[in-house]
Amino acid sequence: MSKSGQGVPRSIERRTWLAAALSGVAASSLLRTRFDAVDLLAQQSEPADPTKVMGRLVSELGSRAPGEQPRRQAGPAAPSSSSRTPLGDLHGIITPADLHFERHHAGVPAIDPESYELLIHGMVERPLVFTLPDLKRFPSVSRIHFLECSGNGGGAFNPARMPTDITPQAMDGLLSTSEWTGVPLATLLREVGVRPQASWIVAEGGDAAMLNRSIPLEKAMDDALIAYGQNGEGLRPEQGYPARVFLPGWEGNTSVKWVRRIEVTDQPVMSREETSNYTDPLKGGSARQFSFVMDAKSVITFPTFPYALPERGWWEVQGLAWSGRGTITGVDISIDGGRTWAPARLQQPVLPLAAVRFTFPWNWDGREAMLLSRCSDETGYVQPSAQEYIAARGEQTRYHSNFIRAWKVTPDGTVTYGLGDLL
Amino acid sequence: MRPRPQVAFGSLLVLVTFAACGAADRPGEASAAVAAPALPERFGLGTPVDEARIAAWDVDIRPDGTGLPPGSGSVEDGAAVYLLRCAACHGPTGTEGPNNRLVGTEAWEDFPATRTVGNYWPFATTLYDYIVRAMPQDSPGTLSADETYAVIAWILHRNELIGADAVMDASTLPAVEMPARDRFVVDDRLESNVVR
Ligand code: HEC
Repeated sequence: MSKSGQGVPRSIERRTWLAAALSGVAASSLLRTRFDAVDLLAQQSEPADPTKVMGRLVSELGSRAPGEQPRRQAGPAAPSSSSRTPLGDLHGIITPADLHFERHHAGVPAIDPESYELLIHGMVERPLVFTLPDLKRFPSVSRIHFLECSGNGGGAFNPARMPTDITPQAMDGLLSTSEWTGVPLATLLREVGVRPQASWIVAEGGDAAMLNRSIPLEKAMDDALIAYGQNGEGLRPEQGYPARVFLPGWEGNTSVKWVRRIEVTDQPVMSREETSNYTDPLKGGSARQFSFVMDAKSVITFPTFPYALPERGWWEVQGLAWSGRGTITGVDISIDGGRTWAPARLQQPVLPLAAVRFTFPWNWDGREAMLLSRCSDETGYVQPSAQEYIAARGEQTRYHSNFIRAWKVTPDGTVTYGLGDLL
Repeated sequence: MRPRPQVAFGSLLVLVTFAACGAADRPGEASAAVAAPALPERFGLGTPVDEARIAAWDVDIRPDGTGLPPGSGSVEDGAAVYLLRCAACHGPTGTEGPNNRLVGTEAWEDFPATRTVGNYWPFATTLYDYIVRAMPQDSPGTLSADETYAVIAWILHRNELIGADAVMDASTLPAVEMPARDRFVVDDRLESNVVR
């Protein structure tokens, strides 16, 4: 929409309250904010009074309103790349499937569902292959869970130059939430009969990276799924069609997409994605391996860059909180950079290992403010400050970045990432 | 077995449903509730596979060398393979890019300046497991076993882990000592409520 250029200059001109100094990249996303939607639509065609003309007819496939055109933010056009969910443009907790973040190591494979097979072998009584229709004949479950890449938020701290003009999408958009439908992996493992000596499984994708990850058998027998459905439809190709591993609460890379082979073993394979990649160097010279669980984290999605507040008065601070350790129990908001805190409201549903939407009514007095959110979960874990996080891990761990983010609102209404001011 | 769609019946049903919308009968009213049947340990689904089928797909290489195929390759042969199949993306000496750096011998104390085979990878066998799957990225899985051993020999030699006349095969590769082997520690975060 913004790329077509339709109505763009006029729209920006009329929105006097929008921060004028934003870069060209940011400007294109301005037209997708919740505040612009109605306005932009109104300018485009001066439509006739809809109560006096017949509307559009029924159709086989729906489409978004012209004024609602959220987009993923795509990284470099390369086989190993990612795209990020527009966190600031969505409501509730469910990510529309076409806006779910992507992280591929060798592009999105085209897999024929008719010839698709999942092989399970290794330390089992009966090695078997399952077709997609086979998988769908087993008792199914549907569960709402977040999925987060462990590299999410890696740009939230940069000792050389702290970012300011960064959106929550660019910073933390490798986080999405869906209703996943599939067969519990435990059901399939019972079908093949796991031998008592087994302690790991190794899952492998059918993409051009044949990406492989070792997963403790305990997790596989607990809440792991072989998922074939997402938000009511079949998986999107980008999310692993025809079927993927889904490990609730664990770093995204372990939920192997396009899964075609699972080997039951008694040891990890030590693949590149669990040694060279997705391990966490810690201060003091060690590197954490198999750091599966995503710690509790919250992010404010509004008000954030590139949005601006046009006037003082009531605004709703909003965001998402999630924890791979369990259920979110609370989110606190600070508007004064962490000096005082007040509880946010958690929207229902509040589900284990799922993102929760939090809201906080805020009567902005027009003065400078620094907005923070801090969540806690049922295990008692509290989202750390950047200082606590750096004290524990050092400055160079880029995975599992879950410290408290900060958003600075200045009297003219502009909002920028403000963590640099707090360090 | 795939369920067959019943096209004609299906479209008829749609029409009937529209017409009768709102007049659906109420299931369960006349009949007494029946408990769902107990689920079996196994459902008898899936198709058995033989060893040949498994072997064709199983390309895992473990740290002890399990899975490594017959064949061998020298550093010298590896230089030729590398130049032809890898250098365009990883640079003439494995350090220039544009893609990931494959050579880095910088020692490190607190944090590694580079994270690569010479100073960060804990197992040499991972090279075989990964290259067979994913490299060269423009034609993954197309190297022969000899070429794979050879290019690995070249990478390990450039990382100062093996000598210029070393030959890699199923017994020498798992024996290569990797400097970062003991750096890796088990995740201890869940033992605490405090960030670690
Ligand atoms: C077309 C470009 C291209 C070619 C050709 C190529 N690579 Fe790569 N290589 C990549 C990219 C891109 C990555 C990173 C992939 C990712 O992160 O998913 C990579 C990653 C690697 C890694 C892992 C690096 C690390 O530190 O984790 C190794 C090892 C590797 N390549 C070896 C080779 C070898 C050996 C060849 C030649 C046989 C080769 N590559 C050819 C693009 C290429």
